[in-house]
Amino acid sequence: MTAAVSINQSHAIVFRFPKTALGFGILIWLGLYQTLTPLSEWLVALLPINRASHFGGAVQFFCYETPKVLLLLTGVVFIMGIVNSYFTPERTRALLAGRMNIIANGMAAGLGVVTPFCSCSAIPLFIGFLQAGVPLGVTFSFLIAAPMVNEIALVLLFGLFGWQVAALYLTLGLTLAIVAGWLIGRLHMERYLEDWVRAMQTITVSIETTRVPFIHRLQMGAKAVNDIVGKVWRYVVIGILLGALIHGYVPADLMASFLGEEIWWAVPVAVLIGIPMYTNAAGVIPIVQALLAKGAALGSVLAFMMSVIALSLPEMLILRKVLKPPLIITFIAIVGCGIIAIGYIFNALL
Amino acid sequence: MKEIKVLGSGCANCKNTAQLIETVAREQQVEIQLEKITDMQKIMAYQILSTPGVVIDGQVVHAGGVPSRAQITNWLT
Repeated sequence: MTAAVSINQSHAIVFRFPKTALGFGILIWLGLYQTLTPLSEWLVALLPINRASHFGGAVQFFCYETPKVLLLLTGVVFIMGIVNSYFTPERTRALLAGRMNIIANGMAAGLGVVTPFCSCSAIPLFIGFLQAGVPLGVTFSFLIAAPMVNEIALVLLFGLFGWQVAALYLTLGLTLAIVAGWLIGRLHMERYLEDWVRAMQTITVSIETTRVPFIHRLQMGAKAVNDIVGKVWRYVVIGILLGALIHGYVPADLMASFLGEEIWWAVPVAVLIGIPMYTNAAGVIPIVQALLAKGAALGSVLAFMMSVIALSLPEMLILRKVLKPPLIITFIAIVGCGIIAIGYIFNALL
Repeated sequence: MKEIKVLGSGCANCKNTAQLIETVAREQQVEIQLEKITDMQKIMAYQILSTPGVVIDGQVVHAGGVPSRAQITNWLT
């Protein structure tokens, strides 16, 4: 009874002071994050295992990494849910309509990161953008950046490999989206859109400014956590479990002979293997974890990951409904070359 | 009798949306006629930017993401 009352009361408080509640939430989150190391050590010390053994090392790794990555994921997805609420696809389209130069490509790539996007909406989004007068190349910048540079990929890279790798991925991913979109725009390939797409009526759009109460944005953040973390957590756990097992047992250089740094053809092959596969950033993480732990070079693995997300064959088949083959082939060629370049850059820098 | 269309290329979210609408309609005992539109050209005629979209009696009421139970109940009653 008292518990029910206090839950109701705290609900009411969140509704009355949403920003203060968010501040408190962030403090609690930071506090939890600080306790991760002592907590995992305490937990492992409770278990009757030898910390110095392979098994002990694997358990320690799992007990620390799992809550860490899940906590990071929850925090970032929640914040991104709030940020997303400011950038609806309709608003993004209105912001981009009629802009022509490379700065527009940059805006499109940036907006691709913060606008909520689901790959099954790629076609309506694509057509809707063109209809409103967003240039073809700018639309492509958005469509390349949106799935590839997403918060889940960034959180996992940050959690598992540190902020430098995450920042490099963000920078190179955005650069790829901007350059590839700009190139496609310069090639003037509008005639390779399917005829029914070109025949679609153009529409004029304006930036709508609807005031949304902050509490609704908080609720959208909570919904994002529910939808995304609720779906993704099992891949994360599987990935870390794999990582932990490999961490403790498999010799570290097993994959080095296939995907190691000194194998020059590893990057293009990784991109080719990635094309027929279709999964999102979360699904590909267990594979990435396993490959890396066995000694594959980070650049090759990231090239594989980008290729799976940005160049999947099923997605090409969907795009075929609106693009004629020459444009699809150009798109694959430009993005493919870009990913290969990114793979080599990563291998060279790290 | 409400005429409901779910717009979407057949991804998981679109299927879930259609299913949820059927479930809620049954619970609320509202008679509906549900149609799934998967043809891109027809979907685009409704000028939505993200799928799944929901159209009730010719009016677009929702676009993007699976709608909540409360929203659906609101549309049906």
